[in-house]
Amino acid sequence: MVFSILLPIFLLVIFGSVFNKTKLGNTNVSFAQYFVAGLLASGLLYSAFQQVAISIPEERSNGTLKRLVGSPMPPSVYFAGKLAASTFTYIFQAIALLTIGHFSYGIHLPGSATLWLDFVWISVLGLAASSLLGIAFSNFAKDGQAASALAAPVVLFFQFTSGVFFVYANLPKWMQDIAAVFPLKWMAQAMRGVFLPKLFASQEVGHSFELPKAAVILSVWTLAAALLCRFTFHWLPKNET
Amino acid sequence: MGAIDIKGLTRSYGDFVAVSDFDLTVVAGECVAILGPNGAGKTTVVEILEGYRHRDGGEVSVLGLDPAHPNRQWRQKLGIVLQSANDLNELTVREAVEHFARYYPSPRDVDGAIELVGLTEKASTRASNLSGGQRRRLDVALGVIGRPALLFLDEPTTGFDPEARHIFWDLIDRLKHEGVTIVLTTHYLEEADALADHVVVVTRGRKVADTTPADLGSRSKNLVSVRWLEDSELKEQRTAEPTKFVRELAARFTGEIPGLEVVRTTLEEAYLELVNVSEP
Repeated sequence: MVFSILLPIFLLVIFGSVFNKTKLGNTNVSFAQYFVAGLLASGLLYSAFQQVAISIPEERSNGTLKRLVGSPMPPSVYFAGKLAASTFTYIFQAIALLTIGHFSYGIHLPGSATLWLDFVWISVLGLAASSLLGIAFSNFAKDGQAASALAAPVVLFFQFTSGVFFVYANLPKWMQDIAAVFPLKWMAQAMRGVFLPKLFASQEVGHSFELPKAAVILSVWTLAAALLCRFTFHWLPKNET
Repeated sequence: MGAIDIKGLTRSYGDFVAVSDFDLTVVAGECVAILGPNGAGKTTVVEILEGYRHRDGGEVSVLGLDPAHPNRQWRQKLGIVLQSANDLNELTVREAVEHFARYYPSPRDVDGAIELVGLTEKASTRASNLSGGQRRRLDVALGVIGRPALLFLDEPTTGFDPEARHIFWDLIDRLKHEGVTIVLTTHYLEEADALADHVVVVTRGRKVADTTPADLGSRSKNLVSVRWLEDSELKEQRTAEPTKFVRELAARFTGEIPGLEVVRTTLEEAYLELVNVSEP
């Protein structure tokens, strides 16, 4: 929990300090500016996907879910609670990242209401897709420890391949192709659309931040994850049914 | 119609038959104790009634509903105290009880429920800092907070010291007086004797007795063991008519019957005998 909240902030401080003066290619954009977009997208994975994917198996193995499902609690309340926890964690993370980024590493904040609005819908869609994927993922682990061992490498893999730690356009084509199927690449790219200057779009693989395409792909993932949850979610450990 | 009606219930886990051909009727307002050794199938039966586990066959009705298809209204009438729980650790006693009170249409008063289980002094203590017995009482408080018509208690006093067990029994007595139907599983015979109106003994997934504690007790009082030595071997005969048997035995021996003992079995032994007879 503490890990999920603080990790992106640690990453910003470490990478921001090391690559403070680095500019991307022949542009005027600092690595920190590029990195903060990726960290905000990663924050969606940490606070929603990872937090949900670990806490549900933990609560399944310690009996929380068994108690809840035996009570008259409507099941939707549980999922709403998970979404709310993810949202609060993300809001806290985003405020911390932008405040520290702006004052310590000179990161430029979005300059127009339209860009802030883009930031909000990317965040909302990212939270929805990530938490639902977290719920679907929770079916694979028998307890919190196993879930942690499964989810953390998944998050790390996508951070490396989706343009968080490295500039996406500089990655090998096969890596880009894999990442382009999954949500993190689109969340990070859409965030760059909010945080990088318009001119930087020419540096992207598709010569555009492709916000509409990101919206469609994240929506498809949200729907697919919701369907997966609908048919695979189980409240009780497999040997207790 | 009873609070619970079970006919021909069966459940297997792979090749292992956990419950077979199990029948039971529980009348509203009574306290039934399901007794049996570990692995006898008590928890399987109870968790099928609670709507947790599915069944392979048979008819089950709990408060008029098939527990395989639970709904919210039905859940509101049920109180469940599971066999083991180590959740809610970060909540205090009062927070946990307050939280679960919200799920029921007319819950008990939160402080009243905490007092009922004797945790008033621990109301601000986190669940993780409670002793085993206190933790169990918190589970009971959560089980009764919604004023259930039917309360399930799965081995509620396992690991209690004798004093804690008696305090717990008083609590169950109070709930019985409120008219709550109680289904209790236990492997303590004295617990069944102290609390239950109706005792069911289960071994290897089958019901081997379904009676009152008094009857189970009187069965044992009728069962006397006569032991003696014959041909330098210890012989034993169980009988309901020990005087008659000893008289017959006396006729076969001249003088004293070697090593004669006449032992009246205790309630505990009657139960153990019931359990052992049904083991192959």
